Amino acid sequence: MHKLKEFIIEKLILICGLTSIIFVLLIFFFLLKSGLALFKTINIGAFLAGKNWYPISEPGEFGILPLILGSLLVTLGATTISVPVGVACAVFISEIAPVKLKEILKAGIELLAAIPSVVLGFIGIVTLVPWVKTIFKLPTGLTALSGSIMLAFMAMPTIVSIAEDALYSVPKSYKEGAFALGATRWQMIYRVMLPAASSGILAAVMLGIGRVIGETMAVMMITGNSAVIPKSILEPVRTLTATIAAEMGEAVVGSEHYFALFAVGIVLFIISFTINVTADLFLHKKR
Amino acid sequence: MFKKLLSNLIVSMFAISVFAASGKNSIQIKGSDTMVNLGQAWAEKYMEKNPIEFIAVTGGGSGTGFSSLISATCDIAMSSRNIKDKEIALAKQKGVNPYEIKVALDGLAVVVSPKNPVNKLTIGELAQIFSGKITNWKEVGGEDRKIVILSREVNSGTHVYFKEHVLRNNDPSSKAEFTSGALMLSSSQAIADEVANNPAAIGYYGMGYVSNKQKAIMVAKDVNSEFVVPNIGNVVSGKYPISRPLFLYTNGQPQGLVKKFVDFTLSKEGQEIVVKTDFVPIK
Repeated sequence: MHKLKEFIIEKLILICGLTSIIFVLLIFFFLLKSGLALFKTINIGAFLAGKNWYPISEPGEFGILPLILGSLLVTLGATTISVPVGVACAVFISEIAPVKLKEILKAGIELLAAIPSVVLGFIGIVTLVPWVKTIFKLPTGLTALSGSIMLAFMAMPTIVSIAEDALYSVPKSYKEGAFALGATRWQMIYRVMLPAASSGILAAVMLGIGRVIGETMAVMMITGNSAVIPKSILEPVRTLTATIAAEMGEAVVGSEHYFALFAVGIVLFIISFTINVTADLFLHKKR
Repeated sequence: MFKKLLSNLIVSMFAISVFAASGKNSIQIKGSDTMVNLGQAWAEKYMEKNPIEFIAVTGGGSGTGFSSLISATCDIAMSSRNIKDKEIALAKQKGVNPYEIKVALDGLAVVVSPKNPVNKLTIGELAQIFSGKITNWKEVGGEDRKIVILSREVNSGTHVYFKEHVLRNNDPSSKAEFTSGALMLSSSQAIADEVANNPAAIGYYGMGYVSNKQKAIMVAKDVNSEFVVPNIGNVVSGKYPISRPLFLYTNGQPQGLVKKFVDFTLSKEGQEIVVKTDFVPIK
């Protein structure tokens, strides 16, 4: 009787574990099935390297190069801002801050993660966008830079909490050893803790990037969404995610436009899959 | 035994669904964002008079409305443009016959910031601005400032209408497009907010959205015509050149509850609501 119970529970847990993989596979196959249908009529080179995105014209033009570059530019900007700040914040929390402050900071960062992106987008529209416009004397503040700053806020919680974990799991003996050799606190952090936790910190950065590239609502609201190849970060851009979100409602089911949006989805899936796998590799290197 | 149970289950589920369909007293309306306020005003008044019936109105864009009508997830599609041949073909494939009812008119206002000295433009100038051939305000008599072009997203009937009737000036063979540098905003309100704060911006939307924070441009058909302000009188008389019909689409000739609602929108009371929501009545 006991054995039977054990058996049933074991299998149940196994099924639960497998469902997540099955879902990922199903989603991937659905994406592939709908997305690849585009390439019956459109050349894959023209899709990836085309410079014009006019999906509803007759005939439509489906070049996603501006969208890919838009996504990458916003992501690059957000990473440049959030990585140094995020890692420094993690170092401060794990090594320097007194216990009380540490708790407050941790709670604050978790709270930051809990703010819905549409709220951040809205705050961006009413505060950040006018600032960017006046500070840089631009014709409009709806630019890649505004998007990058807002996304940096969103990536920060991921980066801080994972990097902090990585620093925390560095054996205490390392730290004590460094102090015993006469290192100052900064030398200990810079020469011992950061290198020892480097793979975990890299994983934190990669996951932060993954968070940024998949973000939709806030970028759609504040990057201006114009599908041009950006020449600088002070210009409007259109990202892959915003394109799907903005246009899926219109696309007639079964039309070229509809398939093209799924193909954009495949591109996005491949990018974030690569980032996640890289992050995973870094995490496992640590063990 | 199991088979019998299953077949029983299927039969009873079928029976329930048929029952639910026949006893249905609600209508789903979907489509044009331009018309959402109008649709909701109609629905409210209608439900006030017929309390047992329920009408749900949602936006999403004219294209969204047609997609839903074709996939039978709504009973009435609101649209600020005519249905496309492609959409009709797709509907026929799925056994849906789109039936068009014109219910109101809308004037499209071209708006700039009140700080912008430019007051009037011709359709030709507008086409050149929105397709990116004129890029500085000084070329049309304004200050030396780069023009920031604001447009609705492609899921908007307003976007499609503006492209076909202003950029392409009603010429079906024209290939004119919005410049790819145009900022695509997701709602009329977003355009209104950006225009209010940005003296270099120009945008367009239904004239119901114009407030005193924006300035509606006077528009002329061509250089020889007079410049006209977008208001109800000028749209009715046809003097204002950028106005468009607003439609409801149903699956086949409206029947039952749908017919009752469509008749209401065309009634005197329904058309008064059209005026109240800043659109132009057809009767």
